[in-house]
Amino acid sequence: MKKALFIINLLVMQLFIQSAIAEVDTTRQNELRYFVKHDCGSCHGMTLKGGLGPALLPERLSAMPKSFLVSTILEGRPNTAMPAWKSMLTVDEASWIAEQLQHGQLLYKSQHGFIQPSQLAETNKAMSKP
Amino acid sequence: MQRLPLPTPLLSLPQLFLLLALLSTNVNARGTGDLGIVIERATGSVQVIETSNNTTLGRIEGLGDLSHASAVYSRDGQYAYVFGREGGLTKIDILNKKLVKRIIQSGNSIGGAISQDGRLVAVSNYKPGGVKIFDADTLTLVADIPASYGNDGLLSKVIGLVDAPGQKFVFSLWDAGEIWIADLSNLKTDNTGGNTSKPRITKFKGIGKNPYDALITPDGRHYIVGLFGEDGMALLDLWNLDAGVKRILDGYGKGEKKLPVFKMPHLEGWAIAGNFAFMPAIGRHEVLVVNTLDWTEAGRIKVHGQPIFVMARPDGRHIWVNFAVPNNDTLQIIDTQSLKIIKTLTPGKGVLHMEFEPRGEEIWVSIRDEDRLAVFDTETFKQLITFDAKKPSGIFLTSRAHRIGL
Repeated sequence: MKKALFIINLLVMQLFIQSAIAEVDTTRQNELRYFVKHDCGSCHGMTLKGGLGPALLPERLSAMPKSFLVSTILEGRPNTAMPAWKSMLTVDEASWIAEQLQHGQLLYKSQHGFIQPSQLAETNKAMSKP
Repeated sequence: MQRLPLPTPLLSLPQLFLLLALLSTNVNARGTGDLGIVIERATGSVQVIETSNNTTLGRIEGLGDLSHASAVYSRDGQYAYVFGREGGLTKIDILNKKLVKRIIQSGNSIGGAISQDGRLVAVSNYKPGGVKIFDADTLTLVADIPASYGNDGLLSKVIGLVDAPGQKFVFSLWDAGEIWIADLSNLKTDNTGGNTSKPRITKFKGIGKNPYDALITPDGRHYIVGLFGEDGMALLDLWNLDAGVKRILDGYGKGEKKLPVFKMPHLEGWAIAGNFAFMPAIGRHEVLVVNTLDWTEAGRIKVHGQPIFVMARPDGRHIWVNFAVPNNDTLQIIDTQSLKIIKTLTPGKGVLHMEFEPRGEEIWVSIRDEDRLAVFDTETFKQLITFDAKKPSGIFLTSRAHRIGL
């Protein structure tokens, strides 16, 4: 039943989304970038490489229909931890986020202290069995 | 015998002793009991803070992806082990403010714990799902526990990892709905360096759908895990394992519409006050009150948003609660005698975490979106001081070193 509703939602969404061009002003775009990094990042990782939720990298998302991503953002996914964000995001905003994610435009730019290759020497040792 | 004339000494004997004493004393020597760290999630750094005068002592950098990070302490309070999102495990020296050692031990991790004897550090991983256990001194791997379940060799994401008395770690499997106990007491005496003995694992299956986080009571007896997929929690009495896992607060949200959960709540041992445990209700604007004598519901308190951290002041008199987006600019304080909200604060946007000072007279709050930390007096609720910090999240004081489950 839940799944059926979800699919109907998906179809209805598709109608909306196909007619909508994601128009979001620049101020809001900056807010959304922050939102994706920090709030989506709680579950999907700030680098979008995944956490409790799956990775949101372009190699994975570009293969999916945009309408599916938009409806996932707005309606959530039943039986998973993905909530419906429609109380906080409009269709246009979700659509903009989906496009950005598919094109890898929201990827975390590592200008700070993320691990350097030189620090990775211990990695293999730690990954191997005792 | 004729004495040779001694040259006139430059220093008298007492002066010489004083000089030697000064030379041999590290002028920087200080204790660690008032120290702590604050995670700066976007820059892979931590700030070292001290709570005697409420100052910040410096920054340690190069800790990797700290978008979801937590830390535990060595018993002497000198070292913190920081668990990063990308599988990073970093040992830092907070006295000397330097990174001691850093490894990437998995592809994706969620948290960790330190053993009762302080010699083992365990990390719970999402990818590959399981727990890895390291020597606290050297960070060399001493045990690997893949969280395999079912018959297809699937690995579950692991959450709610805590230490328990008897050199044990307890954790839960998000995908499988299981609680596992790893007993490492057989590794404890193995000083041969071989570590051929394996941890003894006890599994409890069918505990409920999607356990998301857990706590162990301050006495180390009860392990309570929150269930995302169900209205209820699972309780394991570690003193009576034969009794198995018991469901508590079953159906607490019955008949009510569940709200979308914008952030997973956290459970921590600090939510126990007197005979009451205070728990975030998942998907509701409520804090649940549980009687710890029989683990039945003793009440529920309507709050401002979806609770994330529900933390008892060390004396147990007040509970401080923060919230998920879009209500994460607010803190509410509940009185544990009347079970009423006595104060609502709005420190700023993005209140991610709070940590009480060891005896609870002040509380540190991280305000992510405003890039600052604030310290509040817990009696007057007045802000005492505020500091710059880069996207601060978790705050961890060294007093955690001496508490079971933290």
